[in-house]
Amino acid sequence: MWEQINANRWRSVVLTASMGLLLLLIGYFLGYFFLDNAIIGLILALVVWGILSLIAFYQGDSLLLSLSRARKIGRDDNPRLYNIVEEMKIASGLERMPDIYIIDDSALNAFATGRDPSKASVAVTSGLLAKLNRDELQGVIGHEMAHIKNRDVLLMAICAVMLGTIVILAWYATRVLFFSGAGRRSSGGGGAGGLIVLAVGIFLLILAPILAQIIYFTVSRKREYLADASSALYTRYPEGLASALEKIAASPVQLKSANKATAPMYTINPFREKGRAASNLTSTHPPIQERIRILRAMSGASLSDYDQAYREARGAKTGIAPASALALDKMAGATALREPSAEAKTEEKAPQKVERARETSDMMWRLNKYRTVNCPCGTKLRVSPEFKGVNVKCPHCGRTLSVR
Amino acid sequence: MWLAIYIVGGIVVLLFLFFIITYNGLIGLRNQMRNAWAQIDVQLKRRYDLIPNLMETVKGYMKHERETMEAVTKARNLAQSLASAGAAARSKAEDALGGALSKLLAVVENYPDLKANQNFLALQEELASTENKIGFSRQYYNDSVLRMNNKVQMFPSNVVAAMTGFKMGEFFEVTVTEEREAPKVSFT
Repeated sequence: MWEQINANRWRSVVLTASMGLLLLLIGYFLGYFFLDNAIIGLILALVVWGILSLIAFYQGDSLLLSLSRARKIGRDDNPRLYNIVEEMKIASGLERMPDIYIIDDSALNAFATGRDPSKASVAVTSGLLAKLNRDELQGVIGHEMAHIKNRDVLLMAICAVMLGTIVILAWYATRVLFFSGAGRRSSGGGGAGGLIVLAVGIFLLILAPILAQIIYFTVSRKREYLADASSALYTRYPEGLASALEKIAASPVQLKSANKATAPMYTINPFREKGRAASNLTSTHPPIQERIRILRAMSGASLSDYDQAYREARGAKTGIAPASALALDKMAGATALREPSAEAKTEEKAPQKVERARETSDMMWRLNKYRTVNCPCGTKLRVSPEFKGVNVKCPHCGRTLSVR
Repeated sequence: MWLAIYIVGGIVVLLFLFFIITYNGLIGLRNQMRNAWAQIDVQLKRRYDLIPNLMETVKGYMKHERETMEAVTKARNLAQSLASAGAAARSKAEDALGGALSKLLAVVENYPDLKANQNFLALQEELASTENKIGFSRQYYNDSVLRMNNKVQMFPSNVVAAMTGFKMGEFFEVTVTEEREAPKVSFT
């Protein structure tokens, strides 16, 4: 299991390093054109990156917590939440109990922060506490604990700062280029060679921020999948996280205090837009339905069980980690799934009630000659008898559906 | 001549480094395993401490459950007295305690007043969570044992383990499910 996480981290590090290379290239180009000295540009880029990194490293978590208006709680303020965090701390083998924060917001979300496992915090919204049962909350906390244990918070902070630096540098450079014409080198008559370098440089300035963003999102999503897998392993109960994700996805409330910078820290992307499938390259989180599908397809709770479900769900050849790393994990015999907790069992009746209400409402619509179109994204469209068209657009995912 | 000496010397240094790193890794794993074992102890003790409180709260409400209550107290005292005994005897006593407790919590359904008692609800949460924590610490302990045993058995770390007398860790057996399930309560 640990070997596996190391192997996965190595891939993330390679991606992060390529982002660093991009940063250096930009610095080099900036120096070459504006300062007549490529090395100075390189150093400048590193200095900007270094300063931003230091701020993120030492102030990042307190900044994030105060930005989201989180308040710290102790054992007596919410014994259930405290207990669940402690359970997951034990299951993950974390040495120190993380600080627990509650964000007073009816949206359903949670995040973890802290640059290393000995100085970590988890924050959950009050909406999450109210809506989830014990098993579901355990799954979500397990996911956050995995982010702490796998040191994702640090990795994502490094990536985010690098992305920020690249964007800032590229933005300034393009502005300078457009307002002062080309740099000194090319105006000094560098000839054809100079022109080519200029072309490459401009190309780089436009492309680098986009590339960096894609790398950033790739790293982020990889870590999300791994955190899901680890959560299932800790709780031995992937259904808990799956049904929590389902509730979160169904909740229409958006988090008020989140912003673009803090988005990757959350369990699910706080900026879900209705009517757009959030499964493209520019998304920090994997599509929520896919995460649920993978978790539900698991036949055991081990990482290799998750890996198998992941491959099947995505039709992908490469899983969350190299097979050699997962072989060790398979030897752990005691990764069978456990039973739901007593609290979750008594809650079971509620969905049945919803099911019945839905059937009744379907019947009512039919009586009024409305047609019902089921969209693959899970939305039910009611089409009025007055509607004469053949196709209708799903307001949720944007697919065009035939009414007949 | 010198070249040969350099090569042999280099190999010796590398072997020595490998030995140190592997040995330290093994020590780290063993400490982790022992630490995980201690965690189980912490949680079991917590359960011993919670039970007298529970009895105190329940006493006023449960008039007809003397036997069930006594069984819990007896099982608790037995488990506590075996706290320094071997893993097998201990595991059995703890399971008996878990069984007696769940029997007691199952009859709570018949006492609506008790179910409304804030103090009882808090205790119930603590007990349920302690039960989970015992489970999770066993789970983590077994994971640590697995990792330790892998190192002790697999080449090349097994060479270092054999040289320094490292032994395999012992798994904390997962309890039989029927013992942990809440017993059916029937009233005749």
